[in-house]
Amino acid sequence: MSPSDQSSTLNGQGPSTSPAPAGATGPAGGAEDLRPGREGTAGAAIQITDVTKAFGKGRSATVALGGVSLSVAPGEFVCLIGASGCGKSTLLSLVAGLEAPTSGTVSSGGRRVAFMFQEPALFPWFTAAQNVALPLKANGVGRRERRERVRDLLASVHLGGFADRRPHELSGGMRQRVALARALAQDAEVLLMDEPFGALDAMTRDLLHELLEGIWRRQGFSVLFVTHEVREAVRLGDRVVLLSSRPGRVLEEFDIGIERPRGIDSGQTVERAMQIKAQLNEEVMRHVG
Amino acid sequence: MSADTEQVAALTGLDNLESGPAGPAKRSPGEVGGRIWRALWPKVLAVAIVLALWQLVYAAKVKPHDILPGPGQVFPDLWSQLTHGQLWHAIGTTLRRAVIGFALALVIGTLVGLLVARVPPVRAAVGSMITGLQTIPSVVWIPFAIILFGNNTPAILFMVIITAAPSIANGLIAGVDFTPPLLVRAGKSMGLRRFGLYRDLVMPAALPPYVAGLKQGWAFAWHGLFAGELLVIVPNSPSLGVLLSSDQDQTDMAGVISIMIVILVLGITVDILFNRLNESIRRRRGLSPSPSSSTGRGWRLVTGVAR
Repeated sequence: MSPSDQSSTLNGQGPSTSPAPAGATGPAGGAEDLRPGREGTAGAAIQITDVTKAFGKGRSATVALGGVSLSVAPGEFVCLIGASGCGKSTLLSLVAGLEAPTSGTVSSGGRRVAFMFQEPALFPWFTAAQNVALPLKANGVGRRERRERVRDLLASVHLGGFADRRPHELSGGMRQRVALARALAQDAEVLLMDEPFGALDAMTRDLLHELLEGIWRRQGFSVLFVTHEVREAVRLGDRVVLLSSRPGRVLEEFDIGIERPRGIDSGQTVERAMQIKAQLNEEVMRHVG
Repeated sequence: MSADTEQVAALTGLDNLESGPAGPAKRSPGEVGGRIWRALWPKVLAVAIVLALWQLVYAAKVKPHDILPGPGQVFPDLWSQLTHGQLWHAIGTTLRRAVIGFALALVIGTLVGLLVARVPPVRAAVGSMITGLQTIPSVVWIPFAIILFGNNTPAILFMVIITAAPSIANGLIAGVDFTPPLLVRAGKSMGLRRFGLYRDLVMPAALPPYVAGLKQGWAFAWHGLFAGELLVIVPNSPSLGVLLSSDQDQTDMAGVISIMIVILVLGITVDILFNRLNESIRRRRGLSPSPSSSTGRGWRLVTGVAR
């Protein structure tokens, strides 16, 4: 994995290179086609090229991302894993355009990007339906159409009967489903998910995996899914990307060829997860000294 | 397909286990009566104890009876004032000033609060001055108000505004500052911008501290209003302050205490309204300890039972 080696001089240099807005088109093709088995990058849903991200300035700057290159194809489900401090969440923020990279380019080719956080981040003063309606409202969808779409969206996460409940009246899993419906309401071609099921009990999480997988297969958007749980990554991803820590770089990529639907406890999933976990452990042990 | 239905069934089962019953439970009239009684008896007892102590001091003749009358003199005096028009007229004048002054303070305080919260140079310039203004005792403003406006109603309104507006502004600033950053990120990532961001996120998030500011502002306004009414002598307009001063001039202690009781009752009434508003906001957001879930839309200002 060579494309991540140029950033070692960044320490102490500070954020100086021009940050590129998320909507900008990165340099397509060319130097980035190093990864075997990947198609050309021109048609990628997300194209991340040599991205570095430093927080703070001068000598005290911490480098969260040290030259990450990654592309996600349209309709692909990519899981990002890595130990703490690998900048997984930072990478998602960059793709969402919530932050700008210190150097390098992030492009979603003008595609609409939706974001789902670890916390549901619902607005507590609104009902479930009003929360789901928010992105529609922001996009100028008319009142009548909005009502219909909200009903369909809540039905798609099996919460049709809870439209008028407020977030505090729902369980954690239900809130996360409302958040999923709200993300779907953005009609995004790219869905970014930052450990969305991390706080849920195992049973609820398994059900939400099925739910998400079903919706993803029907609608065909791309997913960039951050998790620290390797098995979850193997359960969901077409591809699992392992990031190194401090600074975060792409360490290894794994194509998960297991046929869907997968079970999180199935032999194939567990076996594949153990292989990946071994490498993750190696990476963590590197930071022991 | 069957795997799908299985999934739906499992989700529905979990949902039903994990969420409470829909809507608040209906209460029987007996239950309502019980609730009112539970809310009321401590207050009734407290008032009774105060009256008993007062009567005791009166009976012990700590001060001459015409200097410190007992409940037996004051309440008949209050009753006779309530049955004559003048007290009601005075209450009307005073409340009108309070409402107009507070409304103006609301507009000014909100505008200033918004400016300070959103424009960093404005915050640097006047942010700490707002709190400074709050620390000035209200009577200190009297000479300023009288010289600026003369012995006139605007001077009294000025007193209300200058005492109430800083609290209102501060409440709003605190509210905007405490908008949860995660919700701001969520809002921005789903495309909320400028006006929408304010209407759907910042304003609702700021509401509880803003209402707390309004409540505090009202208490300060009440101070400023009576400082004004006692010291700014507006000719030919009997207000509660004017009645109070004229009772003072005639050493009519029963009259003075009667007016004070009226002022106390008015203050408590408005405070109850603010508390009701606060409670309804808290309940809607799941911050209230009350287990009843509210699914209703409008503010439950009038419908709830006093607690």
